[in-house]
Amino acid sequence: MQLTTIILLLGSASAAAYYFGTQRSLRVVGGQHRLPQLHSLPAYHGYFVLIRTLLPALAVLLVWLLVEPKIIMALIVRHLPEAERSMSSGQLDLLLNNIQNLAIGDVVSGKVNGLLSENAARFVAYSTASRQLLAATCLGIAFLGGVFAWRKIRADFRARTKVERMLTVALMAASSVAILTTIGIVFSVLFEAIRFFREIPVSEFLFGLNWSPQTAMRVDQVGSSGSFGAVPLFAGTLLITVIAMLVAVPVGLMTAIYLAEFSSTRFREIAKPLLEILAGVPTVVYGFFAALTMAPAIRRAGEAVGLSVASESALAAGLVMGIMIIPVVSSLSDDAIKAVPRAMRDGALALGATRSETVLQIILPAALPGIVGGILLAVSRAIGETMIVVMAAGLAANLTANPFHAVTTVTVQIVTLLVGDQEFDSAKTLAAFALSLMLFVVTLGLNIVGLHVVRKYREQYE
Amino acid sequence: MNVRSKSMTREIVEAGLAKRRRKDRVFRTLGLLSTAVGLVFLITFFATLASQGASAFKQTHIILNIELSRELLAPDGPFDIDYADFDAVVRQALRRELGDVNGRRDRREMNRLLSIGAAYQVKDTIAKNPDLLGSTLKMLLPVSADVDMLLKGNIDRDLEQSQRPLSDRQIEWVDRLIEKDRLVSRFNSALFSNGDSREPELSGIRGALMGSVYMLLITILIAFPVGVATAIYLEEFAPRNFWADLVEVNINNLAAVPSIVFGLLGLAVFINWIGVPRSSSLVGGLVLALITLPVIIIASRAAIKAVPPSIREAATGLGASRMQVVAHHVLPLALPGMLTGAIIGMSRALGESAPLLMIGMVAFIVDVPAGFTDPATALPVQIYLWADSPERAFAERTAAAIIVLLGFLLLMNLAAVIMRRRVERQW
Repeated sequence: MQLTTIILLLGSASAAAYYFGTQRSLRVVGGQHRLPQLHSLPAYHGYFVLIRTLLPALAVLLVWLLVEPKIIMALIVRHLPEAERSMSSGQLDLLLNNIQNLAIGDVVSGKVNGLLSENAARFVAYSTASRQLLAATCLGIAFLGGVFAWRKIRADFRARTKVERMLTVALMAASSVAILTTIGIVFSVLFEAIRFFREIPVSEFLFGLNWSPQTAMRVDQVGSSGSFGAVPLFAGTLLITVIAMLVAVPVGLMTAIYLAEFSSTRFREIAKPLLEILAGVPTVVYGFFAALTMAPAIRRAGEAVGLSVASESALAAGLVMGIMIIPVVSSLSDDAIKAVPRAMRDGALALGATRSETVLQIILPAALPGIVGGILLAVSRAIGETMIVVMAAGLAANLTANPFHAVTTVTVQIVTLLVGDQEFDSAKTLAAFALSLMLFVVTLGLNIVGLHVVRKYREQYE
Repeated sequence: MNVRSKSMTREIVEAGLAKRRRKDRVFRTLGLLSTAVGLVFLITFFATLASQGASAFKQTHIILNIELSRELLAPDGPFDIDYADFDAVVRQALRRELGDVNGRRDRREMNRLLSIGAAYQVKDTIAKNPDLLGSTLKMLLPVSADVDMLLKGNIDRDLEQSQRPLSDRQIEWVDRLIEKDRLVSRFNSALFSNGDSREPELSGIRGALMGSVYMLLITILIAFPVGVATAIYLEEFAPRNFWADLVEVNINNLAAVPSIVFGLLGLAVFINWIGVPRSSSLVGGLVLALITLPVIIIASRAAIKAVPPSIREAATGLGASRMQVVAHHVLPLALPGMLTGAIIGMSRALGESAPLLMIGMVAFIVDVPAGFTDPATALPVQIYLWADSPERAFAERTAAAIIVLLGFLLLMNLAAVIMRRRVERQW
């Protein structure tokens, strides 16, 4: 039986449950005109029966679907001849995959032999049986749940309270998704990172100066021993972040000051939304621009004055990233400047200070904590930014402070190590998780401090 | 203070006044310049993209008189569409057009003027209407990307023969075809109807676009209900306790976690642990849902906060329970604001590409995905893939795909702005 059929059946079962629930609640008091005798409105009785019908059945359905493939595969393995069962796990997986593909009519690698077709038939038989059993179980549970709930309906039955309590629990469960996500991130990164650090000592990872993650496939291979000193990556990330900040902080801050303190309202109303467009452009578009327009332009400019510039220079990536971050800095600075009380501004102006003196000597010092907090958040954006550096910065792990050279960053290496085939037992793949752990911890730290500073400062003037 | 010192102060102030005013002007100009930097970049940015991408919406085609002769298509008697040599038919037509194609070398060079898609187009025509067999058809067929680039002026004719993709002879042929008005530029429909391809002239964004659509469907179906439920819980029900604080801290931090880390979560949890198919739009949608969740929660909370307490109090006063107050009054009033937040979250998700690289959505996928578990890619990832391709013809296609992506984002943001304007209500 198809899964959609089961879901449709459950759907109609719940519709029926709602109908019978409302009908019974009306009947127990004796009709529409005696409704006030009922504790809850008929609809709540309907919902109550519906939830009791649907929820357990859905839970069973979900668990079943998660467990089903594993059980079927285990059963098939048990029926395989001894020779196949003692194969290596990789070969066994391939065989099982072929069986499954043959059964559902997909492409099979290799020849279809008797063993394959026999087991494919078995697979189909198991699947059909499993789905029939599932349909019966689900409908049975739905029916039982519905009937029990239905029998509970009395005039004084508190259906509304029950339904509302269930809804509250559902809302709370939804709010736990945010927490589960954080836990998921921490664990998925942490476990693999720990496995990595079992092979490579933490000190080598944090302080080693040589990064070349290619490990040898054969023992006697030359030249690719694999070394995991991440300092060049940190240095590269730092270099690009510094370049980006050198662009974004002055420009973003001055923009915010100009728009808040100097410009006419008309100009502000046009310029501000236009600048916000910059924040909405996907990073892959910036990456394209950095790689195909900015980098060649910088290279030509460098050659014109006699500098040798790498085609994937840190400068191109950093400049474009800086432009991307301008709106972040300017909107957070704008918030901070706006939060400075009007009275301070007016006081300075009344004493004869020029506008720029007011800004530099009164507003900026007062808004400084908020601006610093905003800059910290912007730094964390720059460190975690991926697409621009993947497309415009190189893969060469050079330890250099020269912005015209190619550098690589933490995010670039994570992408390079994880795109393509992954083996979760090689240090090369696991290194990506160790890098991600660093990335997560650093950006989290910056965010917590940044948010704390921004918020604390905001409270001061409120 | 006596009169003397008063006038002295005045003198000091007036002496410095010009300098101070100059400083003020300099500062003001610096501010204007900074604002201009952003605006000028914005204009350059879009102008570059438009100039690079505009040409990709046109594609060069060749008009050929295709003779669908039985001798070529069915040499052994019965006609079988799967084995018929349509390449031969198309090449014969071009050879007749050019006239002086002699020898194998010449023929090989001539063949490279045509796209491999030309033969498929003839095949599709016959498949639709088998009666055409034996007749002669005037058809509009795609040429190879190199010829297209030559006509668009992206290949320098003055270069040494070995330095450019087309030989002198090929260029001579192309010129002859231009003289005969055989080469025409038409709207590039392949860009919107095909999946990815190794041949630039046949590649399109349809596969990536469908992948993005499937992913956004999953994202909105998960992120919107969960986000709204979380916002309602936090604003209306949650007691100020440890749990609520924990959720709050988590949301703020998740909003700032680099998106690539979410990709690792998808790889480790959804693919390796739960077993969702790799590269499918299902796993992509799940990851994007987690990324947009904080955006939707924050917007929904703001929308709920904007509903004045008097409405809640009035409903409660009439005997509504807390759940009824929320369901009948708060939610309908806050819904437009929530939807605005959802659209903005979706536009963020549409532009996201880094996490998708982690979960295998960078594969070269020719087929247009037909379901949630089919291997798929997304529009921004397609842009990334094309940007990496060395062919000149892919560069203009990348820019064209970017224009399409930005067009969608613009539409979504406009919708959000209009919706916000329309529902903005002063209580």
